[in-house]
Amino acid sequence: MQEILTRLGRHSLLRGASLLLTVLIAIYLTVVIANWGGAMDDARRAQIRFDVTQQIYANPEYFQLPQSELQRLVDERSEAQIRIEGLDRPFIERSLRYTRNAITLNLGRSEHIMGDTGSRMVRNILLDRLPSTLLLIATAELLLFFLALFGALFLSRRYGSFLDRLTIGLAPTSAAPAWFYGLFLILIFAAVLRVLPWGGMTEAPPPRDTLGYALSLLRHLILPVSAVIIGAIFSSIYSWRTFFLMYSSEDYVELAKAKGLSSRAIERRYILRPTMPPILTSFLLMLITMWMGAIVLETVFNWPGIGRLYYQAIQVYDTPIIVGVVVIFGYLLAVTVFLLDFMYAALDPRVRLSMGGGRR
Amino acid sequence: MKTLRELRQYPSAVAGLVIVAIFVVIAIYTVIALPYNEAIRLWRAGPGVWDNNARRAPPVWFDWFTSDRLPRTTIIPLDQATMTVEPIGGGMQRVEIAFDFDYLYDRFPKEMTVFVEAQLATARGSMSVHWRKPDGETITLVEGHEIRAASSYRVSQDMNLRAALGVTPHMGLFAQDLGVPADDMKLLRGDYQMLLRTELPEGDVFLERTRLVVFGQVEGYAGTDHQRRDIIVALLWGTPIALLFGIVAAVGAQVSTFVLAGIGTWFGGKLNAIFHRLTELNMILPFLAILIMFAHFYSRTIWTILGLVILLNIFSASMKTYHAMFLQAKELPYIEAAKAYGAGNFRIIFRYLLPRALPILLPQFVMIIPSFVFLEATLAVLGLGDPILPTWGKVINDAQSNSAMYMGQYYWMVLPAGLLMTIGLGFALVGFALDRVFNPRLRTM
Repeated sequence: MQEILTRLGRHSLLRGASLLLTVLIAIYLTVVIANWGGAMDDARRAQIRFDVTQQIYANPEYFQLPQSELQRLVDERSEAQIRIEGLDRPFIERSLRYTRNAITLNLGRSEHIMGDTGSRMVRNILLDRLPSTLLLIATAELLLFFLALFGALFLSRRYGSFLDRLTIGLAPTSAAPAWFYGLFLILIFAAVLRVLPWGGMTEAPPPRDTLGYALSLLRHLILPVSAVIIGAIFSSIYSWRTFFLMYSSEDYVELAKAKGLSSRAIERRYILRPTMPPILTSFLLMLITMWMGAIVLETVFNWPGIGRLYYQAIQVYDTPIIVGVVVIFGYLLAVTVFLLDFMYAALDPRVRLSMGGGRR
Repeated sequence: MKTLRELRQYPSAVAGLVIVAIFVVIAIYTVIALPYNEAIRLWRAGPGVWDNNARRAPPVWFDWFTSDRLPRTTIIPLDQATMTVEPIGGGMQRVEIAFDFDYLYDRFPKEMTVFVEAQLATARGSMSVHWRKPDGETITLVEGHEIRAASSYRVSQDMNLRAALGVTPHMGLFAQDLGVPADDMKLLRGDYQMLLRTELPEGDVFLERTRLVVFGQVEGYAGTDHQRRDIIVALLWGTPIALLFGIVAAVGAQVSTFVLAGIGTWFGGKLNAIFHRLTELNMILPFLAILIMFAHFYSRTIWTILGLVILLNIFSASMKTYHAMFLQAKELPYIEAAKAYGAGNFRIIFRYLLPRALPILLPQFVMIIPSFVFLEATLAVLGLGDPILPTWGKVINDAQSNSAMYMGQYYWMVLPAGLLMTIGLGFALVGFALDRVFNPRLRTM
């Protein structure tokens, strides 16, 4: 046991390190793309010039100076500040500097958007919005995972039944993304029936008491979460059920049956266990698309998470926020891959045994 | 050929093929019947292009589902109006234009406007507008309204008239009785007349585009949007764009992944390792976010986006699936035989290795098309659609940003969304069936 744990630990460390490197490269690429046409530089320069102009025009000492003199001062000081911040350095150096800032989310102040607390620091704004996204996606994905898992198990037992064929028939519906079903859900439940809210996270103003707040949150969660689930559940059930069927025709399952084990025990020990790695892989791929899907889903549902923040930032051309959100998404994807990889290792005995190098 | 015959056994596949075929026919029809430049001109909605359309009106077939007869847009052009010209001395003439029309619908019109186009010697003249109801009651709508070479009198937006009538003018003018609240107002059906009266220097003439438009409650086969554009233009042109975007992106992304996976697996070693690392990197790259960032900073043109989509999808997760496939195929005896007769690396890859895994590629390829079609819509919904092309996604975006659902204009969102869903379903049905034809192991499941 001890040995397995150390191996698992070492494996995770190695994977974590390699993922971190990947994230670094991904963020570097993001910075390069964002600054390809000089957008980040321009944003920074404009900010510096603005700040300097403000300072000079607000300074009583300079009130008497003629316009041309003031302009010269602005130019001079902006140039100096630009040199201090290294904006005149070659691109490679600048991009590395930006990458370092991006990784630590040290992206300075946003250009237009303000956080809930009134802060203009990009990091604060991002961290303000992150929990809403996590809540939405985690709720939806957890529900989806267990619903699909039990649905698939259930159907694999009733192979060929009407329900089974219905699910297969519905599997192509997953071609549409979650926001798309969201539109229809809003149409039905908010516009026509008027039983559920159009969007947002709580009523406005939010209820004061904890219970009221929680209930309001739950009510607002129903539609977006259902949209995610409808958008993915049928194809997941379909493909997972196929995994179950494939593994339940293995010899060792037949043997277990012959030994007279209960069907529950067989399912848990001999079917669920070996099918977990491919199921987790497919779940991981789904989760990755879902993080991205949050951008539109939150926009459609007015959900105050980072996806909607991204949309808002694009509307008002807020470059620091845009880069910040892409970085956060990079982190989220990396953490997802890491977690799933860890579970994968913990579940699959082959991975466990081939790890650690010593035995190879 | 054999595949097609096998596909016929699946009703769902046949349905899918029919759907796809219908969309292809629509696409071809659109490109021929409504040329690209014309579509763009229409969608840009310059002045005068959509003047005769009601704003935000549902499609005409809504009428089939209501017991009332919903008003269509009635246009009375100058040559159907009676014009009397009478000299009054001093080089002046009195011109009267009477627009007569029967209003036989069950609901009030949506709006009413008189468009006046004239050739005037002086820069401007003025006119008075009078209204006669079927019961003979006459109302003066406006006196001294300015006319120029091209001008209009928007009856529905006349604030003075509204104040005088107590309700929106296009309701009050068609009502039986003005003394009741707006909700109880009854429509008076029959023969209405609008009279324009003006005095102009002799030689001034009204042009034939002068007309009275009584806007209906329904308009066109797909309804109209906030700019009075007929949504059918976008629905039609969205079809070739969706098909082209979906198929080109799928070909570009899947085939390149497939070929690269083949090459990587065959040569193995460093090349393969690089491909694998790139695939893992690509997995962590926030694809949609980067795409949006790119569209925002550089170009929203659909072709640029298409190129970037392909580029970002070359090292997609399918690389791993194909790799696993090729790894098995690589060891097969017939490859060994090819090596023995001295076939070159690329000959083996393209003639022997890749065809082996085609059964995996083809269903994947067909099934991935809808996701690219939806990707275009996703960008459009975020307001990052192509700046000039009319697409389904852009219609949804317009509907969203103009609160169509909140105001009950469901057609505006449901029609483009329905088309998206149908095209997606068509490709998905074919893909699923292909998967079962090519991978018989699934068929027994």
